[in-house]
Amino acid sequence: MNQFQYVRPSKAQAAIEAVAKDANATFIAGGTNLVDLMKRGIATPQKLVDINRLPLTKIERENNGLRIGALALNSAVADDKQVREKQPLLALALNAGASAQLRNMATVGGNMLQRTRCAYFYDLTMPCNKREPGTGCGALEGINRMHAIFGFSDKCIAVHPSDMSVALVALDATVLVTGPKGERRIPFADFHRLPGDTPEKDTNLERGELITAVDVPDGPFTKHVHYQKVRERASYAFALLSVAAALDIENNTIKAARLAMGGVAHKPWRLTAAEQSLVGKPATEETFRQAAAVAMQGAKAFKHNAYKLKLAPNTIIQALKTAAAA
Amino acid sequence: MAMNPEHDAPAGHDEARRTFLKQSSLLTALAFVPAPVVDAAAANLDEKVAGAIEKVPLKLEVNGKKYKLAVEPRTTLLDLLREELNLTGTKKGCDYGQCGACTVHVDGQRVNSCLSFAVMHDGRKVTTIEGLADGDKLHPMQEAFVKHDGFQCGYCTPGQIMSAVACVREGHAGSDAEIREYMSGNICRCGAYSNIVAAIQEVKNGGQKV
Repeated sequence: MNQFQYVRPSKAQAAIEAVAKDANATFIAGGTNLVDLMKRGIATPQKLVDINRLPLTKIERENNGLRIGALALNSAVADDKQVREKQPLLALALNAGASAQLRNMATVGGNMLQRTRCAYFYDLTMPCNKREPGTGCGALEGINRMHAIFGFSDKCIAVHPSDMSVALVALDATVLVTGPKGERRIPFADFHRLPGDTPEKDTNLERGELITAVDVPDGPFTKHVHYQKVRERASYAFALLSVAAALDIENNTIKAARLAMGGVAHKPWRLTAAEQSLVGKPATEETFRQAAAVAMQGAKAFKHNAYKLKLAPNTIIQALKTAAAA
Repeated sequence: MAMNPEHDAPAGHDEARRTFLKQSSLLTALAFVPAPVVDAAAANLDEKVAGAIEKVPLKLEVNGKKYKLAVEPRTTLLDLLREELNLTGTKKGCDYGQCGACTVHVDGQRVNSCLSFAVMHDGRKVTTIEGLADGDKLHPMQEAFVKHDGFQCGYCTPGQIMSAVACVREGHAGSDAEIREYMSGNICRCGAYSNIVAAIQEVKNGGQKV
């Protein structure tokens, strides 16, 4: 691993300045992805700004919702009483990710900023526009079993690996960031980006901007929720794909719905058209089947991931059925 | 398993190598870092100090013993434990957070020691497999692993046991299914899983202090 300078500011402003003025500096929180990338030579920061001592771990009530500090651990959020009561979908998604040890290290902000697990991104001998812009996409004509079926470009077909983010985009969360130019709020759906011609950029954060918290507004989704994750072993594996489903049901009629998918695009994939198709309908398998068909419009597979065109609608239906029965 | 490497470890080739590394890095540290700078840096690790020295001061309590160290920032907690503190009970399996062999407790929480830099844990309390037993008396989880044959080759065992203790303390050992889910971060190539689950069940149901 390359040598680097290590600093540990106690104030957010100092941390932001340190990263803003140095293109080779980066924040480190839990480190569960960054240390991995540094060991492999994929990330080579010259300076690490350790933000673990910043006071950003609280989970509290704020403006008709929960404000979750960016440094709250994944395990702490998943076990939090308020989260389990108000946003059970978030707790389910968090517990579907990684392992108990990793959830004790990984933070909310870091989870959002983790890089893709595309094998070509991880293999330094292979071309990858995300790792090294202009070298091409190895997955496009390569082994693309794990890859995107929505929103990809000819520069990158990688998927975002976070489970937590799939729940947060479904729950209309907002990301709070502070940067050299001050504070701003980013709707969760606009936080991550599609690859386009610049797949090296995973998010719309600017240099030096620090995630401070995530706001999750209260909603009616406290009972009929489910996070369905499909993977190659029962636990501790990244998703082939996943579905976050939340329903508000009264007299067997769907009053409101939220639906998002993971493992299918460069960002957590919100399915608003499918949500709208559910509203006002009876909570039956037929309704769910129609919503799944709406969700799949525009999907396109590559050589090795055509199975996702079948697996995705089936998983949507399964997630909605389980949510309705919860 | 309760072996204290400072007293009981054989002084073989590996030991000599570790001692050499330890001494040489200590000499490097002494050459580059005047004591007052280390103390000042420990109090306030600002940019100026970290840039001026190669090593960063680190205070750590490991298995009840306090250490005042100077380490390179790129040293992982796992490498510090094994190579600098000679606590080789914690194993390096994959070194990428995929196998769990390196599991230790930091401030009581189980973590993968391979995936964080030691300097990030300044002021924290670390417990490794060497710190689990009470003298010669094995921890109940260690006893249960022996009784139920919770291992074959033994390489994943320190990580499994540290994780298992945390699993019970966290209250995630309510059923076989829950144990399997919350132990999924510890891979056992020999496939001793069913015996590991049995060992955890016994400790959980035994009512001993874990």
